[in-house]
Amino acid sequence: MLAHFVRRLLLTIPTIFALMFLTFVAIRLVPGDPVEVRTGERGISPERLEEFRQQLGLDQPIVVQFFDYVRDLFSGDFGTSIISHRPVIEEFATLFPATLELSFFAMVFAVLFGVPMGVIAALKRGSVVDHSLMGVALFGYSMPIFWWGLLLVLFFSVTLDLTPVSGRIDLLYFFEPVTGFMVIDAWLSGEEGAVSSALSHLVLPAVVLGTIPLAAIARMTRSAMLEVLGEDYVRTARAKGLSPFRVVGLHALRNALIPVVTTIGLQGGTLLAGAVLTETIFAWPGIGKWLIESIARRDYPALQGGVLLVSTLLVFVNLGVDLLNAAVNPRIRHAR
Amino acid sequence: MPADPAVVSAAPETGIVLAPSGTPPHPLRAFWKHFAENRGAVASLGVVVALIVVAVLAPVFAPHDPYEQFRQFVLTPPAWVEGGSWDFVLGTDEVGRDILSRLIYGARYSLFIGFSVVAVSLVLGIVLGVTAAFFGGFYEIMVERLMDLIMSVPSLVLCIVIVAIIGPSLTNTIIAVTIVYLPRYVRLIRATAKAEKIKPYVTAARVIGASRFRVMFVTVLPNCLAPILVQAALGVSDAILEAAALGFLGLGAQPPTPEWGSMLASAREFILRAWWVVTFPGLAILITVLAINLLGDGLRDALDPKLKRS
Repeated sequence: MLAHFVRRLLLTIPTIFALMFLTFVAIRLVPGDPVEVRTGERGISPERLEEFRQQLGLDQPIVVQFFDYVRDLFSGDFGTSIISHRPVIEEFATLFPATLELSFFAMVFAVLFGVPMGVIAALKRGSVVDHSLMGVALFGYSMPIFWWGLLLVLFFSVTLDLTPVSGRIDLLYFFEPVTGFMVIDAWLSGEEGAVSSALSHLVLPAVVLGTIPLAAIARMTRSAMLEVLGEDYVRTARAKGLSPFRVVGLHALRNALIPVVTTIGLQGGTLLAGAVLTETIFAWPGIGKWLIESIARRDYPALQGGVLLVSTLLVFVNLGVDLLNAAVNPRIRHAR
Repeated sequence: MPADPAVVSAAPETGIVLAPSGTPPHPLRAFWKHFAENRGAVASLGVVVALIVVAVLAPVFAPHDPYEQFRQFVLTPPAWVEGGSWDFVLGTDEVGRDILSRLIYGARYSLFIGFSVVAVSLVLGIVLGVTAAFFGGFYEIMVERLMDLIMSVPSLVLCIVIVAIIGPSLTNTIIAVTIVYLPRYVRLIRATAKAEKIKPYVTAARVIGASRFRVMFVTVLPNCLAPILVQAALGVSDAILEAAALGFLGLGAQPPTPEWGSMLASAREFILRAWWVVTFPGLAILITVLAINLLGDGLRDALDPKLKRS
């Protein structure tokens, strides 16, 4: 196990360095004067331009520039936003809890509905129930989620007036962020109605972001269950006269859950990509909306740092899923 | 193969029976037999064909010019709603353009993006994947690492970065989406080619002196096609979704192009007043993607029974 852990960890190192290289190259490919791209100023006088060039180290050879970049990254300097003039890492840290909170509730929704859907479809294999549940999953899989979000707003917010259209909480409530997670902060503030306001703002974005993971989880659960239900030990459990509920819940589902948990873990990329769209629709102040706005404002340093942080995070999430998998499945651990 | 056209066309008259009874059915016929069992897949094939016909013959089907602004009919509701008119069956948008006509022309963009992304990905994927599988060594590791790198950035985020560099446009959408989805083709093709290359028939081809190029692309490649085709079919729908998302974020096709995603982007602010400008473009995306996904599932079941979702 330790050998596998070390090997996988070592394999991520070149990926991280490649990501650094990619972001390093990307900002140099942006059209326009490199100094203007980084400072956001236009029509700078030649003297100032030279000064900036030296300040930013652009007069150095490209290799030196790359090593400087990597050194800065390791000392926690991910660049400075040219709009807010705040360090990118700080902005990221402020906004990330919002994305994490949204993703968490999206996954809760996806698991809560996806796993039972898959189990029921597998148990009723070939029936109308199976076909309709998998039909729903196919819809979820094919859904343009930005439109799905608009449609839900149209129905629940505009027509029924049940849920708020945007933001994380009503403007009525104001309290200092403690954890950055609105539901927890609202609870800590002790203000009446704050928690339910935060939750009602979460419902639609979480459903929208959870739709594609829901479909993936439902499909994976179904096929994993079908495989397990054909195993000898399930037949034995049935033959012993155990109640169907016990057979399905205890003997089959527990073993079917391994690939399902992997599927859940691997939704990280889907969630981050989906967050860009979901946060844009619901004006959710998270990482996704921030990245899009960085482009609109030509805040390339923020985009550079943000993309690197998001991707590095994803690399580690996938590493974690892989190690978790290896921990429960010796076959992965010993495969080369 | 040199064939004298005169001889070929003369064959039926000389009464040569080409296929004696008792031979196995043609592979295409066998494929169709499996495929036709799946009614959903056949129906979706119909939808996809209809979409292609509508896209190609857009000027014939569209009642209006997609760019023409009927200023006195701004935000007219669909025909069946009060205040609607049969002149504009699905209503008009914020500057009085006919939504139905825009959707019909929009099918051209979405399908073109979907098919061209997959076509380019297939060519690049086959070249990179097959060569990686055959050459191995440092080259294979480099290809693998590069694909890992692309996959380590969330798809839409990478698209955004690429568009930020090369600028938003229809062509650049295709480039960005192709780069983002390339790894899955390269990895699949490399894995399949690797599994095939150790089989006896490849050794046999080598022994009788087939060139390396011939072994790679004539002997091995056709035997890798089934999973690739399935991936390609599903890839079309992913590309359409990704391109529409870019259009929606304002980073894809630019207005006034009637691309479905960018239509939704400009419709967003009218969501409170005119539900139809928001509803129909998304519905068009959903129907197209759904049909292609169903078709892909059907293809998979028919081409590769091993992969069949029991």
